[in-house]
Parts: sequence; C-alpha cells; structure tokens
Amino acid sequence: MSSENVMSAQKSASQQSPDSTTSATSKTGQGNPVLEIRGLSVDYGVGPQAVRAVNDVHLTLNRGEVLGLAGESGSGKSTLAYGATRLLPPPGVVTGGSVLYHPDDGDPVDLLRMTPGELRAFRWSQLSIVFQGAMNSLNPVTTVAAQLTDVIAEHRPKTSKADRMARAAELLALVGIARDRLDSYPHQLSGGMRQRVMIAMALALEPRVVIMDEPTTALDVVMQRQIMRQLAKLKEQLGFSVIFITHDLSLLVEFSDRIAIMYGGRIVEQAPAVELYDNSLHPYSDGLLHSFPALRGPRRELTGIPGSPPDLRDMPVGCAFQPRCPKAFDPCGGSPPPLVRPASDPGRSVACYLHPSA
Amino acid sequence: MKYFARRLGFYILTLWAAITINFFIPRMIPGNPVDSLIAQRRGEIDSNAIKSLDILFGLDKHQSLLSQYWSYLGQLAHGDLGISFQNFPEPVTSVLGSALPWTLGLIGTTTILAFLIGTLLGVFAGWKRGTWVDGLLPVTTFLSSIPYFWLGLISVTLFTGVDSWLPSSGGYDPGLVPGWDFGFIGNALRHSILPAATIIISSVGGWLLAMRNMMVTVSAEDYITVAHAKGLSDRRVMTKYAARNALLPSVSGFGMALGLVVGGTFLVEYVFSYPGVGLQLLNAISGHDYPLIQGVFLTVTVAVLAANFLADLAYMALDPRTRKEG
Repeated sequence: MSSENVMSAQKSASQQSPDSTTSATSKTGQGNPVLEIRGLSVDYGVGPQAVRAVNDVHLTLNRGEVLGLAGESGSGKSTLAYGATRLLPPPGVVTGGSVLYHPDDGDPVDLLRMTPGELRAFRWSQLSIVFQGAMNSLNPVTTVAAQLTDVIAEHRPKTSKADRMARAAELLALVGIARDRLDSYPHQLSGGMRQRVMIAMALALEPRVVIMDEPTTALDVVMQRQIMRQLAKLKEQLGFSVIFITHDLSLLVEFSDRIAIMYGGRIVEQAPAVELYDNSLHPYSDGLLHSFPALRGPRRELTGIPGSPPDLRDMPVGCAFQPRCPKAFDPCGGSPPPLVRPASDPGRSVACYLHPSA
Repeated sequence: MKYFARRLGFYILTLWAAITINFFIPRMIPGNPVDSLIAQRRGEIDSNAIKSLDILFGLDKHQSLLSQYWSYLGQLAHGDLGISFQNFPEPVTSVLGSALPWTLGLIGTTTILAFLIGTLLGVFAGWKRGTWVDGLLPVTTFLSSIPYFWLGLISVTLFTGVDSWLPSSGGYDPGLVPGWDFGFIGNALRHSILPAATIIISSVGGWLLAMRNMMVTVSAEDYITVAHAKGLSDRRVMTKYAARNALLPSVSGFGMALGLVVGGTFLVEYVFSYPGVGLQLLNAISGHDYPLIQGVFLTVTVAVLAANFLADLAYMALDPRTRKEG
C-alpha cells in the first residue's frame, strides 16, 4: 500500500466514523451491550509500509447473544479479535478506536486503555478466548489439570488446591470429558478432546464474554456439530455472550443470533442471522451464501465468488469488493461506502451503494 | 519404562562397541610398544633388553587376537587399563586418577556454570527481545568467537606477572602437597580463577544464543498466546510456558557437553599448564603412550555415554511426549 493510500484510508475512516458509530451502537444495541468495539483500526507494521488489516470497525455484542463474524481468510476477522483483546503479536498495532466492556454492575471500561495489571485481572475472568487450532493451544509439557488450575490460582489466589482440582474436574465434566483425563498430557488427547479442554478452560472463571476463533475448523464435521451443540447448551446454562469467528457461514446461520460479514478489513453487512440468510443485501454476503448448498428449501445454484480476496497492501480504490462485484456501478470506484442502515430495512446495516441510507 | 529399558540397552551396546573398537584399532597399527620404545632410543638398545621388554609387555606369549581380546575384557572388568609407558611403571588408572579430579573440578564446574548463566540470560534475551537486552547478543557472540588459545594467552599476559595475585600456570603452587586443607584448596581455587573465567567467557555465548533462539521460536506458539490471554503473570508465562518448552533442546546439548568434560579441554589445560586429563592426553600422544591414550579414550567414551544417558533421563522427566506408555 502506498503512503497515499494509507492517507486516503485514514481520511475516509475519520470521515465515516461519527456516522457509523451512531448507527452501529444505537441500531444493534438492543438495550444491553456487554462489549462494544468502536472505530477499531489495526495495522501490521508502522510507517509507510504499514498494512491496514482492520479498518474502523464498529461492532456491538449484546448480553446473552451469539454474534457471528464471518469472512474469507485474510478479511481481518481474527485480527479484529486479537486487536480488541490486546493479544496481537508484533508487528500488529492497534492504531485507533476503543473497546468498551460493560460489567454487570458499574461503568464501562476501555480495554485498550487498561494498565497491564488491570488487563491481566480482566482477562479470562471477564473475557476468555477459545483459540484457533486447539492442537497447539495447550502447553505440551504440563498436564491438563495444571493448565486448568493455573488460571484459577492466578485470578483467585485464595482458593485451595483441592478446590481448584475439583473445579477442573467439574469443568471437564461440563464438556463431556471423564475426570481421569485430568492427569493426561495434551498429546494423549484427540483433537476433539483438546478443543473441548480449551472450551472448558475458557469457562473456568465464568466469564461474561467468550470469543471463539474458528474453534471447530480443525475438526471433522461430525465432531464440529457435536461441539457446537454442546456450546449452545453451555451458553444457555451459564449465560455468557459469544463472538463466534469463522469462515463457515453455514455454521453461523444455524448457531448465531446476529451475523457480521467482514471483507478487506471492514464490516460490510450486519443483520440478524435469519434475515441475512433469507435476504442478504451486500453482494459479497450474497456470494458467500451461494458458496454452500442449502439442506432444506428450494435448490439454489452454487456460484462461489470469482476472483480472490483483496491484497491489503494494494487495496482497490473505493469499495474493496468492487473488482469482484457483479453489481458494481459508478459510485463504487469513488470512496469506500460507509456502513449505514439501508432505507429498505433500518433493522440492519450494510456498506453498499446499492442500499443507500434513509 | 519400556523407553528407559530400550535406552539402557542401546547404551550398553554402544559401550561394548566402543570398547571393542578401542581394542582393535591400536592393534591394526603396525608396530608395537616395544618398537616404539626402540624408536625412541633410536635403536640403541641391546637385544637382551628388547627381549625383557617383550616379556614385560606380554608380547612373548604370541596369543591369538581373540584370546587377547578376552583377556583385555577381563582386565577391563577388574579396572586394569594397563601400564603407562611414559610414567613407567605406573598403571594407567593411577595416572588418570590423579588427572581426573582437576579436570572434573575445573571443566565440570565451568561447563555447568556456563550452561546455567548462558541459559538464564538466553531466557531473558529471548523473552525481552527488541529491548536493550538484544545488545547482549553481539557481545557474547564476539566473545565466543575469539579463538580460545588467543583468549587464554591474552588473559595470561594481561592478568598475570611477577606482581600479580593470579598465577599464570599449574593447578597449585609447586611447593604444596595436595590435600584437603584450607591452604591447598585456597591455592588451587586461585589457580583456577583465570582458566575458569576464560572458559565461561568463551562458552556462555553458545548457550545464550541457543536458548534465546528457542525462546523466540516458542514465544510464537499458540499456547503462549493462550497463557497471556489467561491473564497469567508475565513471569509465569515466561517460566512455566516459554522457558519450560524452550529448554528441551538445550538439555541434550548440555548432556553432550558434560560428557566431553572428562576429556578435558586441551587448549585450556595446555595454555594454563593445568594438570588435567587433556594435558595428560597431549603428553601421551606426543610420547606414543598407547595404553594411556587408550585409557583416556575409554574414559571419555564411558563419560559421554553416561552423560547422554543422564540427559535422556532428564529429557524424559521434562518432556512427557518422550514417555511412551504401555
């Protein structure tokens, strides 16, 4: 990306943020937000070589909700999650925005402005993450029990060792793993079991928000389904909110309340899951939905999306999807379309010139 | 347990192979100890003397190679390594016995110290990469790339002299009788400062670099991100998650280094005239003292195998993946 492009991207980001802030928060916030991402931008690298992977994203997670975040590889969905939780490894840099967490009681706090100590205390007790690739998410040289209990010991130092072990066994039971697996090492578990251990670990401190980054991608379809069912059940039981990141839109349609679609580092459409499935507004969402077959209902033609995801170093001028878009027309080559509530359906938002705001 | 038994079997087999090779190779070399003694005297030995030497070294019996091999194994089992030519009639075992403590004391201690210091610094250098700690790397790499003999000679030139407290050579002052009293131990320690310091300076860099690079590699692993996300303290993530995994390759290297300790370090012992195994080996080679050379090689072999076996055990304790159950 040339420096000129960075400039224009930043300019457009600042131009569009006031408008989209109001639209994102007031529209989707059905009263009770638990996590609000406002105008988050993430770069890889600094200076003129920097690549903007997440561009001015607004996203609100409501209490008890499952919010799906979908997009192709490289669309910035994982970067968004890591950036918002300050886990981004260098050269990733959060360049702007705020991430507000609303505790059950008390004022919202901004994750991006916490001191390291506050951040440590916040992590896992309020917000936990189930990571992509369970195969490598467990420390290979210590037991499952040790990894389940160390986080409890860190956050609740007053608990006794026996209590922590009991809790670890309870957590394993929650995800359907026998308690004699406590003494197992990660390499002695199957992929599905490891993923379930990660889910159990994420629930150890009963957090209010769980971010799941492609938790089932490495598993076969049967195991995927089993784990998703279990997750849905646990969510009902424990009442946490979920941000579910995946490229598998079919999974999201089934399990999430609301879906946000990302493309080229921006959110291009946001709508309740059913509405998005029945009537997607953005041509990209439409393309994604036509990339997998429906099991029920009328047959649809599988089309896929021609072309390949945009190169973040050399983003198209205007709408990032424009070069691949079958419906592209004149305004698409101008400035990137802002995320607005379309006139046709103010209950959702879309960033496309085909659907101007009211 | 199965793993353990298999490793043990492997080491016993290796030991036997090493002993066998150690027996046959010198016998494949033309000539015998008597010939070399004659050569030393430039042939000015009368035939009676040669005959008595033949009897002394057991060359008059004309045994077959196989029966020699069996009696060699029998002697080894009794801890008999033969008689040293140079220190005639002292047996090889007592020559080695007087040299080993010096080598073990100096090289052993410094190897362990260098490993500990280097690894510890490596943990920090890897964890805090991108900060001022990175400045350590070029310094230690520079120090470890200095040829040792030069480092040793320079340190002797700089720090020893007529009016210096530090001695330039030997393991203790010539006038002293070795014994476990404070005067002697203090004197021996004073003699070891310079060689020890130079060894540590030249070998710390290797451990540091290895550990740092492993730390950097391990830091990119998913489980480190998970550990951070769990809100664990930075120190805990560094020790229990990163260093614990990064240490594994260094353990094997350390086992190897410990095994080689017994062989002494020629250069160290040569530069500082330190009375260790390395210096003995050097003298033995220059004096064609085959029994002593064989004895040193055998000791080194056994030590390397034993150290590797210990490293295997340590590895087994540290890495559950090597413990195959069933």
